Amino acid sequence: MKKYTLLDGLVVPLDRANVDTDAIIPKQFLKSIKRSGFGPNAFDEWRYLDHGEPGMDNACRPLNGDFVLNQPRYQGAQILLTRENFGCGSSREHAPWALEDYGFRVIIAPSFADIFFNNCFKNGLLPIRLAADKVDALFRAVEANVGYRLTVDLEAQTITTPDGAVYPFEVDAFRRHCLLNGLDDIGLTLQHVDEIAAFETKHHAAQPWL
Amino acid sequence: MSAQTLYDKLWNSHVVRQDADGTALIYIDRQLVHEVTSPQAFEGLRLASRRPWRTASMLAVPDHNVPTTNRAAGISDPISRIQVETLDANCAEFGITEFKMGDIRQGVVHVMGPEQGATLPGMTVVCGDSHTSTHGAFAALAHGIGTSEVEHVMATQCLVAKKSKAMEVRVEGVLGYGVTAKDIALAVIGQIGTAGGTGYAIEFTGNAVRQLSMEGRMTLCNMAIEAGARAGMIAADDTTFEYLKGRPFAPEGEQWDQAVAQWRELHSDAGAVFDATVVLDAANICPQVTWGTSPEMVVAVDGCVPDPLNMSIDKREGIERALAYMGLTANTPVTEISIDKVFIGSCTNGRIEDMRAAAEVARGRHIAANVKLAMVVPGSGLVKAQAEQEGLDKIFIAAGFEWRDPGCSMCLAMNDDRLSAGERCASTSNRNFEGRQGQGGRTHLVSPQMAAAAAIAGHFVDVREWK
Ligand code: SF4
Repeated sequence: MKKYTLLDGLVVPLDRANVDTDAIIPKQFLKSIKRSGFGPNAFDEWRYLDHGEPGMDNACRPLNGDFVLNQPRYQGAQILLTRENFGCGSSREHAPWALEDYGFRVIIAPSFADIFFNNCFKNGLLPIRLAADKVDALFRAVEANVGYRLTVDLEAQTITTPDGAVYPFEVDAFRRHCLLNGLDDIGLTLQHVDEIAAFETKHHAAQPWL
Repeated sequence: MSAQTLYDKLWNSHVVRQDADGTALIYIDRQLVHEVTSPQAFEGLRLASRRPWRTASMLAVPDHNVPTTNRAAGISDPISRIQVETLDANCAEFGITEFKMGDIRQGVVHVMGPEQGATLPGMTVVCGDSHTSTHGAFAALAHGIGTSEVEHVMATQCLVAKKSKAMEVRVEGVLGYGVTAKDIALAVIGQIGTAGGTGYAIEFTGNAVRQLSMEGRMTLCNMAIEAGARAGMIAADDTTFEYLKGRPFAPEGEQWDQAVAQWRELHSDAGAVFDATVVLDAANICPQVTWGTSPEMVVAVDGCVPDPLNMSIDKREGIERALAYMGLTANTPVTEISIDKVFIGSCTNGRIEDMRAAAEVARGRHIAANVKLAMVVPGSGLVKAQAEQEGLDKIFIAAGFEWRDPGCSMCLAMNDDRLSAGERCASTSNRNFEGRQGQGGRTHLVSPQMAAAAAIAGHFVDVREWK
């Protein structure tokens, strides 16, 4: 997994609540058996005016100029600012794959759906929960200032605005450690092979039908 | 020991180890696998030269991409076909039991598992699919996971997890005629919202829940995820045991008795404390119809499409956007909304009882002239066979419905079954998101009875009036 490092990135505001994983990556792209290459189809139905299918040359497709990701001032954004319950719906990890492949490294929202939130950490993507009034303030600032950037320091657990305001955020210590060090969960778990095997023996002795 | 919730019991009996900050390794008893979320996990195993820890815990089935007509011709879309073939190849390579497309046991993964007795009380069950919550109906701890976690469980038989909070959703009283588990689920989501259960494991309790069949309990737990909860669950009782007895993967003989004795403990103790409790009166629940693009955008069938002007400012814009997408005008009575298509099926409502309920409404009637397509997609090959044995297929066909082969079908439209832009569908599935059933398609979630009645009338009707 990619290590997360200190990020100073351009922010794009996606002013919608309950953005679901079908919207983040529509199901026709789930037919891929790979885990890369989903970026051009992130938010496909909002981003393009035609209907997208796997195998199309996305560079030739008509863009929806009204969709915020397509606006020139937000090109190259690495921080997605959005509203509550982001990532609800399907468990598809293709959603964080698509966001990461698009270039996002951080998502800031008042709340996230549980499975999506979990999946982000496995893919070098940092989801940050911030109180709704702070998110509101950031929305106003981003919209008012072209080229608005934030500095997100995972080590210090802070977001710093261009005018020097600092917003601390919470993150689970274990997940932070894994993200900062790019650690693979499976490798870590396999350090406990003996414990797992001992548990399994006992568990199956008590419930031999399992 | 102090009184425990069902969730406490299931969690505690699977903790392999736990760190000081609460991060735990949870042992997984059953992993269900389908073609969409597994290929990258198998690939990950291969790249790291790892083998699955316990192939006997795994059971695989293709469901999302399979066609529901003309199976003999195979899968026409080459990308879909590769995905299903990849599952076949991975299962063969690693020695995993798979019910392939031609197998009568093939079906939607969450219909197939319980039907085989592969989901048992007291188990932890995972699948790379959010509707894994369905299996909680058997007093199991069951939830969806991402593909990285699928690989993690394959390689280690464990999941890294932190305990959620526990919520009790208690439904007391008796459901009225024409009101189903689906309506309970939608009413709960209408009340607590699609994020209301975020961070919680929900246990459904109360008289009305106890009286549900296993099919109904699965429908209810299936939609826990639409309320934001990864897991939904219901205590085990005689209804659970009767359903499971004699199923292929269920224990037999002496082990059956031993198992049932243990399973009887799988309920919340008297006095157990939940972090949150929601109470509904079954008698007040009406048949529900969603009007918007999120399951929480739901009203009773005798209600009207909401008026954004009556809503708080922060909700207004979302409602206006949903109404525009759905092509609906504020204050329209639900029963005046006419429909183009009907979909009866999915892991929410694709079981035998759902087929029976829909057939009962369709019997001796015919779909309306404005309904272009009404399809019934059984949840599995075994559901299909059972329905045919009972003559339900004939009832549907005589009424103008199409009788299809099992799979996810138009629940998410990954195969050829989908809505065209602007088409309006009465659907027994679980998600009404924008584009879920086809780009520009408009989905209204309802129970099987309500879907069948809408097909007959050409618009939504209050099925209670058809008693
Ligand atoms: S029937 Fe629908 S919700 Fe259920 S597993 Fe299939 S696609 Fe998912």
